[in-house]
Amino acid sequence: MAHSTTLQPTAAPAAYADAPRTGTWDGGNEPFKASYGKLMMWFFLLSDTFTFGAFLTAYGLIRHKHGVYEGTAKAFHFSSAYWPTPEKVFNAFPGLHGMDLPLAFVALMTMILIFSSVTMVLAVEAGHRMDKADVQKWLLWTILFGTMFLSSQAWEWSHFIGGHEEGTRMADGTIMYGANLAANQYGPPLFADLFFFITGFHGTHVFSGVALLVWCFIATTNGTFEKRGHYEMIEKIGLYWHFVDLVWVFVFTFFYLV
Amino acid sequence: MIGRQFLITGMVWAIIGGLLSSLFRLQLGWPEATMSWLQPLLGKWVEGGKLAPEFYLALVTMHGTIMVFFVLTAGLSGTFSNFLIPLQVGARDMASGFMNMLSYWFFFLSSLIMFASLFLETGPAASGWTIYPPLSALPQAIPGSGMGMTMWLVSMVFFIVSQLLGGVNYVTTVINLRTRGMSMSKLPLTIWAFFLTAILGILSFPVLFSAALLLVFDRSFGTSFFLSDIYIAGQALHNQGGSPVLFQHLFWFLGHPEVYIVIMPAMGMVSEILATNARKPIFGYRAMIGSLIGISLLSFVVWAHHMFVTGMNPFLGSVFMFLTLIIAVPSGVKVFNWLATLWRGNIRFTAAMLFAIGFVSLFISGGLTGIILGNATLDIQMHNTYFVVAHFHLVMGSSAFFGLFAGVYHWFPKMFGRMMDEKLGYIHFWLTFLGVYLVFMPMHYVGIAGFPRRYYSWTGFDAFSQFADLNKFISVAAILAFFAQFIFIFNFFYSIFRGRRATENPWNSTTLEWTTPIIPGHGNWPGEIPAVYRWPYDYSKPGSEVDFIPQNVPYSQTPSSNLPYERELAE
Repeated sequence: MAHSTTLQPTAAPAAYADAPRTGTWDGGNEPFKASYGKLMMWFFLLSDTFTFGAFLTAYGLIRHKHGVYEGTAKAFHFSSAYWPTPEKVFNAFPGLHGMDLPLAFVALMTMILIFSSVTMVLAVEAGHRMDKADVQKWLLWTILFGTMFLSSQAWEWSHFIGGHEEGTRMADGTIMYGANLAANQYGPPLFADLFFFITGFHGTHVFSGVALLVWCFIATTNGTFEKRGHYEMIEKIGLYWHFVDLVWVFVFTFFYLV
Repeated sequence: MIGRQFLITGMVWAIIGGLLSSLFRLQLGWPEATMSWLQPLLGKWVEGGKLAPEFYLALVTMHGTIMVFFVLTAGLSGTFSNFLIPLQVGARDMASGFMNMLSYWFFFLSSLIMFASLFLETGPAASGWTIYPPLSALPQAIPGSGMGMTMWLVSMVFFIVSQLLGGVNYVTTVINLRTRGMSMSKLPLTIWAFFLTAILGILSFPVLFSAALLLVFDRSFGTSFFLSDIYIAGQALHNQGGSPVLFQHLFWFLGHPEVYIVIMPAMGMVSEILATNARKPIFGYRAMIGSLIGISLLSFVVWAHHMFVTGMNPFLGSVFMFLTLIIAVPSGVKVFNWLATLWRGNIRFTAAMLFAIGFVSLFISGGLTGIILGNATLDIQMHNTYFVVAHFHLVMGSSAFFGLFAGVYHWFPKMFGRMMDEKLGYIHFWLTFLGVYLVFMPMHYVGIAGFPRRYYSWTGFDAFSQFADLNKFISVAAILAFFAQFIFIFNFFYSIFRGRRATENPWNSTTLEWTTPIIPGHGNWPGEIPAVYRWPYDYSKPGSEVDFIPQNVPYSQTPSSNLPYERELAE
């Protein structure tokens, strides 16, 4: 154990050939050409994917356990015996009272969210050019679209909770209007439970996204990123924003389309 | 610093968790005894000299929760990932020091909530550490499903946040902050283990998060995700259409990777300690990495082997059984590699080495019964008996604890600049090692006889009364083993202040953390970060005049021991 026998590297390797290797994965660099912050965002999103994945799996399993409506589309009526057809539940549009417009409003919401992704890309691109004014402009558009989506969701929820005028006669003989977490007029209680829970969880994500964007906007306006020399923060928040957008595509598919 | 915070918080939790187990072992060993002497500690829970049955359930629940999550997840990988990753990959610090700090304080907050729940009037959570609904979902079912369960869930949500913050930090640090020359195939096995553990945590904890949120809604807001067709106290509940088995699926999708989150850091550290103290390269370095990756992948596709008796389709059961038994392959690879590393080694029996060898022993003993439990048909017989309890306490509980102890004894000099006392370490090892086997070996017999776990009292069943003496024996061994841990606690704190001063590289080890000053300051290395030229296991290399060559020694300085391809690199 004598210390004198210990090998210690001498000051600097003399021969060039003896230098440590410098390949992509050989250390001393960033193998994915991404900063640690961006990598962290990617791993967080991966993790969040599993959270949403678990919710959607739960949705699939529970829906599968319930009955399926077998009759014609015309004869469809709400009943707790089977899972309702989404076109019959979500067929209202603000200001167009009494018209049957299946999925029209949610299609508009989806468009708004997709547009917000486009403006987000433009904000990131403006950041690459170090164009402060453009970053501000596109961030504002994204915030606007995000807020519009949230407001639309609020309307959608309130309509869902308020219910259709005719209501549905429940098993105990009372007439039920709209929905709450214990019962609803559209179908089995879990239909509304899952709707509230999953769209609510997604809405919470959109809300935090908007909050982050507002913070980014303030920081941009104050010149924080300009001083830092790069707009990477916008890029990171952008990743999150696109992810939330992508999750919506799945939520939309499972709750409205199938 | 953050590593040490995790370690000490984990130790406090381990003492609490151990104390709880001593309490319920008292009940199991001496079911007829009067326990009024515990009244000053437990108050109304021992009214009339008898441990309250609800409190017994709370004890086993909290023992499991504390040990699995707070000690062996946060205390183990929280400590050593934070401490060793930057030192062993050659980084100044973790990628984000701020998130690192957040991860500790979220853990601390979650600890506070869980700890506070121990003092609730209705008691802490009491439906087992797996918190299966409907029991855990209905506050009117047992007192423990009231406020205690709520606090359990809130605490776990913060715990998961802490795990996520820690996990993304570990993974990005390993990917981005390795020093020059530290390729993935030159990483010490500790780092590989922490890296894969963190990935498992990132991918599995969010599913527990989902399950916990859904359960919160069922408990507090009247949803029916996990509930259907329930009568309680003669009243029908409105909940319809949910599925308690769904919860089990979600829970075990975390729950099974979780056991590897617990064991893999221990595996990594044991590999490192065995090689260092056997003065031999680890046998099958690449096979060790491959088996860690294999275990990590398989851990995601075996969860339903915890659910063979939920009425699942027998065909599905056989698929999960098949996948489960495949895990024996990478586990076997690891075990044989450890044994081959020890084979004809020039072994130095340090306290850390004893614990590392003890780990291998426990992992084999506990792993063998895993093959039995992995069989769906055998599991139906053994399910929920003490056989299961014995199995997982050996293979993941005690083994991971042994890995933790080995790690602390081995890296204590780097953490505190002083050595722990070896003699006390030996005494601690032998008492613990014997204690563990004396507790869990008899438990297998009791389990094969059908003795069910979580039962407060078995005196009502004729079939089990013959095991009274065995239960008493287990309890005595468990309580003695618990008290033996105070030797470690004493040794730990005494050595921090009074231990022999450490040298720079007390174990003659090859990895980078031993090239730092005795106590690494901010930035870990005072000058430039050392570059890495070789793998971490150049012990007793043929031709070399010294018996270990650190990773930062270039081949040009070791002409006598270079292998042909290394000679090429040096020229």
